[in-house]
Amino acid sequence: MPDQERSQPGGQGDGSLRVSTATPIDRLVEMIDLLPGGSVILSSVEQVLNWGRASSVWALGFGLACCAIEMMAAAAGRFDMDRIGTFFRGTPRQADLIIVSGRCTIKMAPIVRRLYEQIPEPKYVISMGSCATCGGPFYYDNYSILKGIDTIIPVDVYVPGCPPRPEALYEGILKLQEKIKKEPFLRRRAGVAAS
Amino acid sequence: MALRTEELILNLGPQHPSTHGVLRMIVTLEGENIVEVAPDIGYLHSSVEKMMEYRTYVQSVSLADRGMDYLAALANEEALLRAVETLGGITVPERAQWLRVIFLELQRIASHLVWLGTWGADLGATTMFLWCFREREKVLDLFERATGGRLHHVYFRPGGVCDDIPDGWVEQALAFCDEFPGRIAEYEGLFTANPIFEVRTKGVGVLPRDVAVNLGASGPVARASGIAFDVRKAFPYEKYAEVEFDIPVQQAGDCFARYQVRVEEMRQSTRIIRQAIAKLPPGEIRAPKIPITLRLPKGEVYTRTESPRGDLGVYLVSEGEEHPYRVKIRAPAFSNLYALSEMMRGWKIADVIAILGSVDIVLSDVDR
Repeated sequence: MPDQERSQPGGQGDGSLRVSTATPIDRLVEMIDLLPGGSVILSSVEQVLNWGRASSVWALGFGLACCAIEMMAAAAGRFDMDRIGTFFRGTPRQADLIIVSGRCTIKMAPIVRRLYEQIPEPKYVISMGSCATCGGPFYYDNYSILKGIDTIIPVDVYVPGCPPRPEALYEGILKLQEKIKKEPFLRRRAGVAAS
Repeated sequence: MALRTEELILNLGPQHPSTHGVLRMIVTLEGENIVEVAPDIGYLHSSVEKMMEYRTYVQSVSLADRGMDYLAALANEEALLRAVETLGGITVPERAQWLRVIFLELQRIASHLVWLGTWGADLGATTMFLWCFREREKVLDLFERATGGRLHHVYFRPGGVCDDIPDGWVEQALAFCDEFPGRIAEYEGLFTANPIFEVRTKGVGVLPRDVAVNLGASGPVARASGIAFDVRKAFPYEKYAEVEFDIPVQQAGDCFARYQVRVEEMRQSTRIIRQAIAKLPPGEIRAPKIPITLRLPKGEVYTRTESPRGDLGVYLVSEGEEHPYRVKIRAPAFSNLYALSEMMRGWKIADVIAILGSVDIVLSDVDR
């Protein structure tokens, strides 16, 4: 498409096709077509899959204690967790990630374990806050709080803080994304041992 | 031949997007109708009462933040320190008392905003969640500048507050007070005259006045049932006797009345903050010569404060050591939770979440 036509302002009413003037993606496609073999992007299938998986980590909407409030704040307007592809689902069947936000009691532990088991593979765990990580301020002289969620489920990322700020939770999710991007996802599924 | 029906027992929680924490409800249903609701609590029991027996009073303040009602950390600090200061005969300086009033009311606004936002989200209005958290962030900014924490502050200390407010804080707080009533009008524009909201809340989950009294309900839940009781008015503490404010009371006792009471309380809190800022005197912020390992005289005391959820009492027994012999916390959410089965009986399964949300329980406060 010639440039003059593209840069015509407005375009409606005079019968011509209305074309946006701000479409760099169109230009990109044109440029790629000009290159020899340009429409082919070389990458490993695994890398592309991991890129997709890492960019849409859906978390289970599950709060335990105070950290859940900061988790909610991270999902709300100012911080807006949807930007990095994480948003909350009501059921573990649709989630990839469980954010253990807050202290977990011994009474609650079997339920957290069951929720984790209900998430389909591949699944990830973020331990948010000191209580989930090690018992936090409830470590000593306490008979009811579990001393760290990693005693019952495997944890991928620990986010420190009491409670962690929403930015800290972000950092945790971005670290998890880095981890997902490096995973030998297909090879592991095929049963090939990772080298 | 009559159709044979059976009661169905439905388990709601502890993981449910709308149970406000880790509450488990065992709901007995007959078709769509609720026969009985039995709340199962204890999923967040953090044994703070026991832990406080091994901590000094200053250390207990940080436990009160976390182990009690985590949406209103400053109200818990106030409740604990009221008992400590009453038993120890500690006089809090004027400025610190006014600062406490300001922060307690800001905390009330922040807590009610979380309630309104999450309840709105439960009822299907995600807009309300985003709007309320937008204003809540502004309150948290005020907290963060003065106390250093967004959620857990450890700002009140025996005999005063930890630090004075920084420069420019008062202006920021006043700017918030100017802006906030307009925001409340926005919330009301979304909810009050909304026919969907009215159908889901008006006349739903009625708690009669006498039942509310018998069950020991307090705070907005009781005030929505026509009980004009507020600890701030009945037994004034800090400087509440010197500020003017109204206690919003509704007679209907339904979900809509509880909503109206809380929204009006936010307005009144703004009013109190304005008055407190106007009356804020210069001077000391902490009583002199309060040792870190504070020893209280032998004795026992019961004090009550008005937390955002209601009448928060602390019963403290001291044996003259640097740590208490026994601390008993009378949690408002715990008493209000008992009204739940009264409210829900006879309603439909679809009303469960609306009624539960309107009570505003925090499981950390229930289980402690």
